[in-house]
Amino acid sequence: MKYAISLVLGLLVGAVVFVLGLYLNPFSGQATVSPLAVTSERVIDLSFSAVPGDGILYTDHGETVVTPHPERIAELWEPAIHETSVYVTKVESSRGDFAGIGIKFSSESEQTAIVKGDAIANSAWHIYMPGQGTLLIDQTENFWSYIREVVIPARTSAGDNWVGSFHTITTNGPGSLGTARVTGGSGLFDGMTSESVEALTARGYSANSGPVSIDGNLTIELTELAAASE
Amino acid sequence: MANWMKRLIKTFVIGVILGLLGTGALAWYVPAVDIHRERSFVSVQPNGGNIEVFHINLPRDRIMVGLPNVDNSIPAGLEWPGEEILGDMQAELFKVRNSDNTVIGVASRLASATGESGPFIEWVVHLPARGTIYVKMEITPSADGFRNGEMLAGSRDFSVLSGSVREQFIADAGEDADAQGRIRLEAALVGQLGDEE
Repeated sequence: MKYAISLVLGLLVGAVVFVLGLYLNPFSGQATVSPLAVTSERVIDLSFSAVPGDGILYTDHGETVVTPHPERIAELWEPAIHETSVYVTKVESSRGDFAGIGIKFSSESEQTAIVKGDAIANSAWHIYMPGQGTLLIDQTENFWSYIREVVIPARTSAGDNWVGSFHTITTNGPGSLGTARVTGGSGLFDGMTSESVEALTARGYSANSGPVSIDGNLTIELTELAAASE
Repeated sequence: MANWMKRLIKTFVIGVILGLLGTGALAWYVPAVDIHRERSFVSVQPNGGNIEVFHINLPRDRIMVGLPNVDNSIPAGLEWPGEEILGDMQAELFKVRNSDNTVIGVASRLASATGESGPFIEWVVHLPARGTIYVKMEITPSADGFRNGEMLAGSRDFSVLSGSVREQFIADAGEDADAQGRIRLEAALVGQLGDEE
C-alpha cells in the first residue's frame, strides 16, 4: 500500500513540476520590440483601448468573464463561432486624434500548444480610416506571455486582480519576421500590400471582469505606393 | 537506510518521472483547442475552380449596424461614433451561414458612397475553421440586381485562392420562416497556377 501511495505522490509531483516548468519556461516569451522598429518605410501608428467595455461593441459566446456589450448584442453561441470574438473600436493616431474605426475578429487557433508556449489566435482587422482608405490586417497572435504574466497572476492573487506594467508584441505571423499581412482595399491603400505588428500594454486586469486597463497598438508599414499618394 | 525505505524512494522517483512524461505526453498530444467544423458545400467548376455559397438571414443574423444616424443603429444602445469625418460610412456585422443554413462564421461589410478617399463597399468574411476572405465590391450593381466583387486577399485555406464574389439581396427568405430576406454571397475561387507543383 505504501508503495502505491508513494507512486501516486510521485506522479502528482511530476505533473506539478511539469506544469511549473511550462509556466516558468524562460524560453517561451514573446518579443517586446516590434520587428518594424527598424523598417525604412513610413509607418502609421494606431492606438486603441483593448478593454472590451471601452469599445463600441464586443461580443463572444457570452460565457467568459468579459461581458458582451451593448446589452442586447447577439452572442456568438453557435458551435462554429463559439471560440470567436468580435470587437469594434475607435482607433486613434499617435497624436490621440480620431483616426477611424476598426473591427477585429479573433478566433482561438488549433495551433495552440501550451507545451511550446503558444496560445495562438487567428485574427483579422477590418479598418476604415476616413480620408485614407480601408485595409485588412490578417495575423496570428500569441497570447501566452500575456496569459502567463497578467491573467494567471490575476486569477491566483488574493484580490483576484493584477496591477502592474506589461508590454508585449502579440503578432507572431504569418510573416517570416513575425509580422501580420496587410492588404489595402480602397483610397490611398488601394493595391498596397505591407506588414503590421500589434502590441498591447497592460496595467490592470481583473479575474472577475477581464481587462481593466489595457492599450492596444497597431503599427502599419506604408509601402511606397501609399506613402507617395499622401 | 532500511531497504524498504530505499524502495519507497525509488518508487517515488519512478512516479515523478512517469508524472513528468505523462503530463508531457498529455500536453503534446491532446489539442488545447478543437475548433468545430461544419461541412463545406463546394461545387467544382470545369475550369478547376470552385463555387461556394454563403448566406445571411435578415434580420436574425445581423449583429450590428453602425450608421451616421445613431437612432437607426443596431443593436439598441450602440454608441456609434458621431465624428463628422466618418461621413456616410456604414458598418455592418453579420453571422454567416453555409448552404445548409448552419452558422459557420462572421462577416463585416463596410460601405461609403461619399467618403473622402472615394466610395467603397467591402466584405471581410471570417470563418474560424478555415480562414478569412477580403473582398472589394463594385460600387454599381448590375442590372440583374447583384454586385460583383474581387477577392483581394485570403488567409489559411483561402491564402492560395483568388477569384470573385457576387453579392445579392434576395427578398425570398427560403426555408427560414423567421427571416424577411437574405444576403447571398457566391464565391467563385480558383487556385493559383502552379501551386500543385
